[in-house]
Amino acid sequence: MTLADARARAPRLAVAQTDGDADERLMLWLAAFCEQFTPLVALDPPCGLMLDATGCAHLFGGEAAMRACVLQAMARLNFTGRVAVAGTPDAARALARFGAESVTPPGEDENVTRPLSIAALEAPRETSVALTRAGLTTLGDLADRSSAALTARFGAETMRRLTRILGREDARITPLRPLPECMVERRFAEPFLDLASIENVLRPLIAEAMGILEKRGEGGRAFEMRFFRTDGAVRALYFETGAPSRNVEALLRLFRLKAESLADPLDPGFGFDVIRFCVLRAEALAQSQIGFERQSAQESELADLIDRLAARFGRERVLRFAAHETHDPMRAAAYVYAAASPSSQPSPWEKPEPGEPPLRPLFLFDPPQPIETMAETPDGPPMHFKWRRVRHMIARAEGPERIAPEWWRDAVGRNRRTRDYYRLEDREGHRFWVFREGLYESETPAPRWFLHGLFA
Amino acid sequence: MTHPLASLRKSLACAYPAAASETIALGAPSLDRRLGGGILRAALHEAYAETDADAPAATGFALALARRAMAGAEKPLLWARQEALTSEAGAPYPPGLADIGLDPAAVAFIRVRDAREALQAGAEAGHCATVGATLIELFGEARAYDLTASRRLALAAAAAGAPIFITRVAASPAPSAAASRWLVRAAPSRALGANAPGSAAFEIFLLRRRGGAAGYAWRVEWNRDRGAFEDRTFGASPLSGAVASLPVGGAPGEGAPQTVRRKFG
Repeated sequence: MTLADARARAPRLAVAQTDGDADERLMLWLAAFCEQFTPLVALDPPCGLMLDATGCAHLFGGEAAMRACVLQAMARLNFTGRVAVAGTPDAARALARFGAESVTPPGEDENVTRPLSIAALEAPRETSVALTRAGLTTLGDLADRSSAALTARFGAETMRRLTRILGREDARITPLRPLPECMVERRFAEPFLDLASIENVLRPLIAEAMGILEKRGEGGRAFEMRFFRTDGAVRALYFETGAPSRNVEALLRLFRLKAESLADPLDPGFGFDVIRFCVLRAEALAQSQIGFERQSAQESELADLIDRLAARFGRERVLRFAAHETHDPMRAAAYVYAAASPSSQPSPWEKPEPGEPPLRPLFLFDPPQPIETMAETPDGPPMHFKWRRVRHMIARAEGPERIAPEWWRDAVGRNRRTRDYYRLEDREGHRFWVFREGLYESETPAPRWFLHGLFA
Repeated sequence: MTHPLASLRKSLACAYPAAASETIALGAPSLDRRLGGGILRAALHEAYAETDADAPAATGFALALARRAMAGAEKPLLWARQEALTSEAGAPYPPGLADIGLDPAAVAFIRVRDAREALQAGAEAGHCATVGATLIELFGEARAYDLTASRRLALAAAAAGAPIFITRVAASPAPSAAASRWLVRAAPSRALGANAPGSAAFEIFLLRRRGGAAGYAWRVEWNRDRGAFEDRTFGASPLSGAVASLPVGGAPGEGAPQTVRRKFG
């Protein structure tokens, strides 16, 4: 039917463009909602969801009860659903779309799907036309023929589809999110509204998960707290620790920090139906008796602090210094996430020579700041220089310290120029680290000067 | 049930530690004598950079104090720095940190966006007894750093027993709960051979000290090898050309009072 035709029949027809992205977003939103039934949820395009109920149905009191529960939840969100439970994903899909939505008892897939029309194969149009012309109208008709002949005529894809719908071959679904290491959840008979006492719910939840991890001799590194709201919205809070942890209070504190730092605070709305705590990543963690080793207790307290700060400010802001073995001052030091620290190792930093003044600045500019200089001799230290519109008269200078580029890094380009570094002090006592870029005449006709760092 | 007065006394004792509590000596006898042994260990201390250009000097002074505080203890320094300072004065450079006597491996560095975050990080660290010292660097007139915030930090420092240092750049001294407040200016160093710049030197002005006289000015040099300050107030190098700073408002007869040069804002 064309649009004009439709409008002629129903003058008040509301017309809208298809918005595939919005549809997909809605399906993803629904998929997140359905994760309260099973962690294994997959999208089944264009408008289906596939839930792997293996090992979950008994939690709802059987497959029929689970199906009713899903339908009820959908109805609450004003969605009409067609829900079928079957042995294979394809059988369930065919039943939901083309057959009687019901619960198929185990092993009965073939008997239930045989009466379905061949439309359930969702084959290309030519194939279904050809099948109908051959007088094959139900899946049962097809199933009775020799599969070799059918494959030769209609292609392997159609036949694979058939065997899967009939339940002769099983296929796994690919869930949207990988299965967590460990997962515990709390379901509420009444929607949970009292955000103030949420920690009373979370504490036993986390403790339960930690109990499971303890039996396995593991500690969690990455965690997720998922809140399933009655109105279908799902909020997830992700946090991680620097070292494997089973400390309930520390995790609870991380959760609190994370919840506090949310731009859009946790809102129960009409209440939470389900609160789930997942350990997404776990690592081996031996049982320890902290009281014996004070050193390790101190270290773990520090690790807790780093975790808390990282939860609040983000990993990219909580840093420690990492040393690189290179003479290039720009590359000698790097900032890395603090929790990745190899503790109790000798310090990789060189101890300064006794009696030497500080040879490296306390602060470094990246990139170096261009300055205007005036020097007595072309290869001498500057007499004065201008930086940020302020002229600094030099009272003391030392240098040059010649730092050649690492030729094995940059084949060509600016970085190949040699740098002559000077330590300068102006009349007020400010100390600077400046360099002249490029050797005079051999590398560049007019070397430029840069301020690279400031001394204390 | 505890008496309300008793609990009040307890919290007051926490907020205002007794004068006999532990101090951090600066290492220069003349300074320590004036300071009554040094600055309080479990307290909040402020260092103001006199001008924007003195920011590295203020940080250097605070780091040197932190180094004194952490000497002997294998505890880390927690350093929260406001990001605005990076464009102003550069980013911390670990080899330079090693050059003033701190082990860069024992530093946890936090880059924070604004003063509020810096104070949060500082308070978080200040509460942690495993942190040897905390350094918070603020840029500009930070409204978040008010009397209440400073009181909170002072309490955290008292509870953890470790000092919290705050450096402030482009800000004028304001009332706070700090146990000591310093104004720091870079000072010409003592020249080494061939007129090379020497060890870090500062002119420090003690603006305020809780329970003690303030208003002193010194020129100090940081001796990294000894891990101590050295008083150079009268032994200023002949080449510097600057007038040696004398104690201001000290006992009469100790020297002519000198107006402390202050350029704020």
